[in-house]
Amino acid sequence: MHYLLSLTVWTPIIAGVVVLFAGKNDSLARLISLIGALIATVLSLIVFIIFDASISGLQFVENIPWITSLHINYAVGVDGISMPFVFLNNFITLLVIIAGFKVIKFKVALYNSMFLLMTGFISGAFCATDAILFYVFFEAMLIPMYLIIGVWGSSNRVYAAIKFFLYTLLGSLLMLIALIYLYNVSGKTFNIFAYYHTQLAMVPQILIFIAFFFSFAVKVPMWPVHTWLPDAHPEAPTGGSMVLAAITLKIGGYGFFRFILPIVPDASRTLSGLMITLSLIAIVYIGLVAIVQKDMKKLVAYSSISHMGFVTLGCFMFVGNSLNTWAMQGAVVQMISHGFVSAAMFMCIGVMYDRVHSRNVADYGGVASKMPIFATFYMLFAMANSGLPGTSGFVGEFMVILGAVQVNLMYAFLAGLTLILGAGYTLWMYKRTIFGEINNKHVDEMSDVNSHEFIVLFLLAVSVLVMGIYPELFIAKMQLGVKDVIALAMQSKL
Amino acid sequence: MVGTSLYLTIILAPLIASVIVGIFGVKLGKKPSHTLTILGVLISTVCSYIVLYQVQLEHITYNGPLYTWLTVGSQTFSVGILIDTLTSIMLVVVTSVSLMVHIYTIGYMAEEDGYERFFSYISLFTFMMIILVMSNNFMQLFFGWEGVGLVSYLLIGFYYKRESAIFANLKAFLINRIGDLGFLLGIGLVFAYCGSLNYVDVFAKVSSLTQVMLPCTDWNIITVMCILLFIGAMGKSAQFPLHVWLPDSMEGPTPISALIHAATMVTAGIFMVARLSPMFNLSETALSVIIYAGGINCFFLGILGIIQTDIKRVVAYSTLSQLGYMAVALGCGSYSVAIFHLMTHAFFKGLLFLAAGSVILAMHHEQDMRKMGGLAKYMPITYITMLLGSLALAGIPPFAGFFSKDMIITSAVVAYQHGLPGGAFAVFTVYASVFVTALYSFRLIFMTFHGKERFRDIHDDHSHHGHDEHHGGHTNPKESPFVVTLPLILMAIPSVIIGWLGLKLFVGGAILDGSVFNISWITQRFAEETITPINMIIDSFKEPPVYLALAGIIVAFVFHKVDGLSQKFVNIIKPVYNLLDKKYYMDDLYIKLFAPFGRGIGKFLWTIGDMVIIDGLIVNGSAKVVEWYSRVFRKLQSGYVNSYATFMVLGVIILLTFCTSLIFS
Repeated sequence: MHYLLSLTVWTPIIAGVVVLFAGKNDSLARLISLIGALIATVLSLIVFIIFDASISGLQFVENIPWITSLHINYAVGVDGISMPFVFLNNFITLLVIIAGFKVIKFKVALYNSMFLLMTGFISGAFCATDAILFYVFFEAMLIPMYLIIGVWGSSNRVYAAIKFFLYTLLGSLLMLIALIYLYNVSGKTFNIFAYYHTQLAMVPQILIFIAFFFSFAVKVPMWPVHTWLPDAHPEAPTGGSMVLAAITLKIGGYGFFRFILPIVPDASRTLSGLMITLSLIAIVYIGLVAIVQKDMKKLVAYSSISHMGFVTLGCFMFVGNSLNTWAMQGAVVQMISHGFVSAAMFMCIGVMYDRVHSRNVADYGGVASKMPIFATFYMLFAMANSGLPGTSGFVGEFMVILGAVQVNLMYAFLAGLTLILGAGYTLWMYKRTIFGEINNKHVDEMSDVNSHEFIVLFLLAVSVLVMGIYPELFIAKMQLGVKDVIALAMQSKL
Repeated sequence: MVGTSLYLTIILAPLIASVIVGIFGVKLGKKPSHTLTILGVLISTVCSYIVLYQVQLEHITYNGPLYTWLTVGSQTFSVGILIDTLTSIMLVVVTSVSLMVHIYTIGYMAEEDGYERFFSYISLFTFMMIILVMSNNFMQLFFGWEGVGLVSYLLIGFYYKRESAIFANLKAFLINRIGDLGFLLGIGLVFAYCGSLNYVDVFAKVSSLTQVMLPCTDWNIITVMCILLFIGAMGKSAQFPLHVWLPDSMEGPTPISALIHAATMVTAGIFMVARLSPMFNLSETALSVIIYAGGINCFFLGILGIIQTDIKRVVAYSTLSQLGYMAVALGCGSYSVAIFHLMTHAFFKGLLFLAAGSVILAMHHEQDMRKMGGLAKYMPITYITMLLGSLALAGIPPFAGFFSKDMIITSAVVAYQHGLPGGAFAVFTVYASVFVTALYSFRLIFMTFHGKERFRDIHDDHSHHGHDEHHGGHTNPKESPFVVTLPLILMAIPSVIIGWLGLKLFVGGAILDGSVFNISWITQRFAEETITPINMIIDSFKEPPVYLALAGIIVAFVFHKVDGLSQKFVNIIKPVYNLLDKKYYMDDLYIKLFAPFGRGIGKFLWTIGDMVIIDGLIVNGSAKVVEWYSRVFRKLQSGYVNSYATFMVLGVIILLTFCTSLIFS
C-alpha cells in the first residue's frame, strides 16, 4: 500500500521496456503490453477507490531523496485534482492497446512500448510533487509521442512531429527557468507545495505566470498557441490521437491548477481578464473554424481546443478576490469528460479510417447502413461532444456556464454559443459520414466493429454515460482538491 | 403500490423496454419487440392513472429527491420527483398518447426496415418526456428537455438515407439549440440569484427579486430570467421565429409526428412556462413577449396551413397555430387554460396525425392531397374519426377544442381589458385564427375525403411506368388494419368529451390544485362567475367565435365545390400568396443568410487567422529556424528509431545540465 503510487507509475514503464524484448514476436508483445496496461489500470483504479475523499491534501505520499546536493527528491503523492487523471491516463492507454491489437502490424513491440512508457511518464507527471521530478516526466513524455507520430503517422508526419516537439519544448524551457527562480527564492527546495507559501512581489509573479503560461497554454492548447494540434492529430495514428487528446492536453490544464493559480495568485487575478478573453476566443473562434473543416481529425482537433477553452475559462472566474467554485470544479470535470469523449471521437474516426483509409468527410456517407452498431456508439459520442445532458460532455460545460453567469452574463453567453457550434460541427460531420446514401464503393465494403473495437467503444460509452448520469462519483473525490486550490488562489502573496 | 416505487415504475418501465429492444431488438424479432415496449408503456400508463387518482381524490402529492447528481460546496443538485396535479395530468396525457402511438405503429411501420429501432426510440422518448414532466428542478427539466430533443432528432432522421430527412433533423436540432442557449442562460441566472435550482426554493426566493436589476443595465432580473427561459420554450414549442424546424420535422414517420411533434414534446415549452407560473407572474414584460410570439404563431403561421398541399404539413402548420394559442394563454397569465388546451390538443391533434397516417397508408405513402379525394366511402373509420378531430380542432361546441379555445379567447379579452401590453394583439389573433383554423381543417377534410377520386387519374398516369399491381388504378383504397383504427377510435373519444370533463379542473375554484398559479386578473375573472360546460355552450352562440368557425367551414366548402375558384383567388392575391408560399422567407433567413454567414466567418478565421497570421507570420519565423536546425539534425539521424530516441534523451540531459549550471550560478 505504501508504494502503491510508485507501482502505478512504474508498472507501465517496466512493461514498456520488457515489451521491447519481445522483438519480432508480435503476439507476445501484444500480450505483455495488455497485461502491463491492465495491471496499471487496476492499480490506478485501486488508488481511485481507496483515495479518501474526506481529507484534503496529498495522499499516497512517498518521499525519497534523489539528488541530495540539489535537494531534488523522488516525491510523489496525489490529491483530489491529480488522482482522477492517473486513472484516466491508464484507462485510455489500456483502450489504445486493445484498439491496436489487430490494426497495428508495423513494429508492434515498439508501438506498444511507446504507449506504455508514455503512460508511465504521464502518471509520473501527475503524481510528482517535486518540481524537477515533474519536469523530467513532463519532458520525457514528449519523446514517445514524438516517435508515435513520427513512425506510425501519415504522410506529413515528420513535419507534424517536429512542430509538435518544438512547440511544446519552447514552452517548457521557460517553465524550467521559472522553477529555478522559485528554487532560489523559496529556500532551496523543489517541493511544489513549498512554493504555495512563498511570498512573491507582483513583477516576479507576472514573469513566472508568463513562463508557466507558455508551457501549459501550449499543451492545453489555448488560442493563439494552438496551431500545432490540428497538424499533429491528422498525422498521428488513432492511438496517438486518443492519448494526445485525452491525456496530454490535460497536463496543460493540470498545470493551471497545480502551478499557476496557487504559486502566483496575484498575477492570476491581475491577468484573469486576459485569460478569460483567450478562453472565450478559443470557444467561439475555434468553434467556428471547426465548422468548416473537411478532415475529420482536424475537425475533432479543433473541437478539442474549443472544449478545453472551458477548462481555462473555469480556472479564472474571479469576482474581485474570490474564485467561483462552480466554474473551477466544472473545469476539472470538463477535463475528465473531455478525456473520455475525445478519445471516443478519435477511436470512431480510427475505426472508419482503418476500413476506408480516408479522413475526408466527403469520402464517406451511408456508413450507418453498413455498420449499425458502430453508428449507434458514434451517435452517443457525437452527442456527448455536443454536450447533451446525460452524457459527461454536459456536466463540465454546464458547471462552468453556471459559474460564468454568476460572474458576468456575457461570458456565459459567449461560452454558451458552444451549444450551437458544438452541435453544428459534430452533427454536420455525423450526418455527412454516417447518414445518407452510400456513394463510395469502399464504404459499401465496410464491416461492422470487431470484438476489440467493440470492447473499446463499449467501455468508453459506459464511462461517458456514468459520468453524465452520476457525476458525483468523480466530483466527490475531487471536491477537496478543488477547494484547496481555490483557497490558495484567493490568498495574496504580495 | 404507493409513493416513490410507483413513480419509479412509471419512469423506468419504458426505459427498460427501450434499452432491451434497442440492444437485442433485431435478435428478438418484431413481435417480441413491440410486445415488450407496449408492455412497458402500458405499465406506465396504468400507473399514471393511479397517480392521477391518488392526486385528485386522495390528495397525495410528493416532492423529494432520488439521488444526488452532484455537490459543489454546500450546494447540491439532486435528481428528484415532483408529483402534483399538473404532473399527474401531463403524465396521463403523455403515457396515453404514447400507448396509442405504440399500438398504431404496429400497423403503420409493419413493412418498414428498422421496426425494432423505431419502437426502442419511441419508448425512450416516453421515458425522457416522463422525466421532463416529473422533474422537481431545472437541471433535470433540462435533461428531459434535451433528451426529448435527441429522440426527436433521431426520429426525424429515421429514414437516414433520405437527404431531406437528415437535413430536417439537423435543422431541428440546431434551431432547438438556439433556444436551449437561452434556456441554459435562464437557468444560470435563476441559480445565480436564487441559489438553488429546485422549483420550490426558487419560487420562495424569486418574489424578493422584483427590484433587482441585471448588473450594468436597468433590466429587471426576473424579466431577463423569464424571457431567457421562454426563448428555450420558443425552440421546443416552435414559436416564431424559432418555428422553422417543425414543418420540416414531418420528414419523420407519421406516428412520431403525432406523438412528438403534436401531442407531447412540442408542448414542453408550454408546460415549462406553466410550471414556472410563479416566476412569470412577476414580469408583465415577459408575458407580453410571450403574447407576441404566440400571436404570430397563432395567426400568421396558421394561415400557411391554408395553402399547403401535403396532408401532414397542413396538420403541422395547424400545430404551430395551436401552440400559438397556448402561448397566448400563457402570455395572458392564464396558465391553467394553456394546460387545458395542451391536453385537449394532445388528443385531437394526435388523432388528426394518426388519421392522416392512416390515409397515407391507404394511398401507398402518397401525401399530396391533390392526389386524393373521395376517400370517405373507402375508409369510414378514418373519415369519421378525422372529422371528429377536425371539429374539435375548429372549436365547434361541444367538442373538446371548443372549451379550451373558448377559455383562451376569454382570457385574451380579460388581459386586454386589464391593459396588458399586447392584449389587443392577443384578442385579434385568437379571434381571427378561429376562422383560419376551421378553414384549413375542413379544406383538408374536403380535399381528402370528398369530391373526385383524383388518385385514379394519377395512377393511370403512372400505369405505363411499371406493372406494380398495388399502384394500379384497379384496386380501391382499403381501410387500415385494426391496430391502426383502434387507436383512432380510442383517441376520438377524448377528442369529443375531454373538454366537457376537464373544464372544472382548469377554470374551477381550486385551479389545478395550486400547482399552477394564474395571474390575479384571470383568477378574479374565473371566480366571478360559475363556468359550466352547459353555460359555455349556450353562451357561445351569443359570441362571434362559433360563427367565425362556421364561416371557415363554409368558405372551405365553397372553394371545394366551385372548380377553379381557389386558383382565381390565388391569382388575385398573388403577392400575398408568394409571401405565404415562401413561408415569410424565414427558412431563407436561416439557410441562405445565417448558416453561410457562420461558415464564412469560420472560413475567414481559419484561413486568415490560423493559417496566415498565427502559422504564417508567427510560427513561420520559428519554422525558418527549424529548417536550419533540421539540416543539422538530419546529419545526426541515421534512420533508426534508436538514434531519434538517443537524441531526445540527450536533449533532456543537456537541458538538465543547463538547469543545474543555472542553479549553481
